[in-house]
Amino acid sequence: MTDFLPRTLPERRIFTIAELLAGVRALLEESMGRLWVAGEVSNLRRASSGHLYFSLKDDTAQVRAVLFRADARRMPFELEDGLEVIALGECSVYEARGDLQLLVRHVEPRGRGALQLAFEQLRARLEREGLFDPSRKRPLPAFPRRVGLVTSASGAALRDVIEVSGRRFPATPLLLAPTRVQGDGAEHEIAAALAALASLPRGHAVDVILVVRGGGSLEDLQPFNTEVVARAIAGCPVPVVSGVGHETDLSIADLVADLRAPTPSVAAAAAFPDRAVLRDRCARDLVRLCTAAERVVERAAARLGQRSEALARVAPVARVAAQRVRLEALARALERTARRHAERARSQLAAVAGRLDSLSPLAVLARGYAIVWNANTRAIVRRADECAPGDRLRVRLGEGELAATVENTREPARPWRRVLSLPENR
Amino acid sequence: MDEGSPSAKIPPAPTDELPFETALTRLEGIVQALEKGDLELEAALAAFEQGVALSRHCAAQLEVAERRIEVLVREGAGFVARPFAGPEDTD
Repeated sequence: MTDFLPRTLPERRIFTIAELLAGVRALLEESMGRLWVAGEVSNLRRASSGHLYFSLKDDTAQVRAVLFRADARRMPFELEDGLEVIALGECSVYEARGDLQLLVRHVEPRGRGALQLAFEQLRARLEREGLFDPSRKRPLPAFPRRVGLVTSASGAALRDVIEVSGRRFPATPLLLAPTRVQGDGAEHEIAAALAALASLPRGHAVDVILVVRGGGSLEDLQPFNTEVVARAIAGCPVPVVSGVGHETDLSIADLVADLRAPTPSVAAAAAFPDRAVLRDRCARDLVRLCTAAERVVERAAARLGQRSEALARVAPVARVAAQRVRLEALARALERTARRHAERARSQLAAVAGRLDSLSPLAVLARGYAIVWNANTRAIVRRADECAPGDRLRVRLGEGELAATVENTREPARPWRRVLSLPENR
Repeated sequence: MDEGSPSAKIPPAPTDELPFETALTRLEGIVQALEKGDLELEAALAAFEQGVALSRHCAAQLEVAERRIEVLVREGAGFVARPFAGPEDTD
């Protein structure tokens, strides 16, 4: 091997190691500059200083890398082992070890956006913590006395909530806590608005809070995907309904909220009862109330009837009253019968009267007969020998009377037939 | 009415301050008590009158037309609710 060593060197220059590494670093930095490197994160270690140390590797090689604290803080997502990333940085040398080191300034996840990844990471973390547990979800009040609203004072979401709630239950006041709903720092305003609404004095307290925002890009919705807002919702003492974005947008706020509504309008509908339904319910209640009251009165009346009957069985006064009632009924029945009888009697009388009429002596007299009385004795003369010459007689004709005197009497060949049987004393 | 009778549980007459939910709950409690039919006649009639009043109270609240929208404004260290003029035009 010594054959290959130069026998003579023009001049020996001996470097310190530091000088060597400084030279290498200068070469690297000069010739390569800032560059993008793709690889998988491994051996990630977070130093107490806040700097992140890790390796970037692929199938055949790896390189040490560092992400300083200031840069790490700006990242929306977190680095983790196994993550495929594209890192922007400079090649350098770590003198203490003589290692090649990538000074990373910025990292992007490969195959998806940083915000998407941040969302997934936060979601997974909070889920592990149990913040999305169904057991944490509180029921909404059926009839809130006052509803809090966290949203922009100028958004379409506010108009939607006002319109829907006004249609459903205008009697319930709506209290707006206006905030920005997008841009840096908006998440802190949202969290503060939630806290303010939750800490109102007793008479003004809200018993449900809507956190809403219209649709937008993932960047626009970012405040609702932050841990700050998630914690504020989870820690809110009154139930929270979220209605962020459109139907397809799912935010961290949605996951933590007690109820997730797909849109601001639906959130309003969830918090405010529908008065059309309540009108029906009240009307049905009133009908039930009246029906039940009627039945109570009917039952009471029936009981009263039973009781007075029972009373009549034991109390003489009542018994007399009952008797009288019975008598009155009898009397009425009697009267009815009597009238019927009288009717029959009258028609019978009429028939009898007709027959009597045919038997009337006047009718006989009218046919030419006469009745003769002794004017002195007033006895009816039936036989000639009852009279003597000189007797005065009265003769009753069909019409009128005669006064007559007997001249003589004659014995009859045959006795006169009695044509009438009138009472002797008549 | 004596204590322990079902009618003793019927709450006092409603006032304007009575929240809708309380009024509706009371109304439906009265309806159920009447439907059960174990109230004395006098108590039942009193409950009925109260039920009618509660029903009217509920109906009145349902027909409230005026909207109350307020906005939370910072005042000193805390917040106060002020009437809200309406959404701003800009979005």
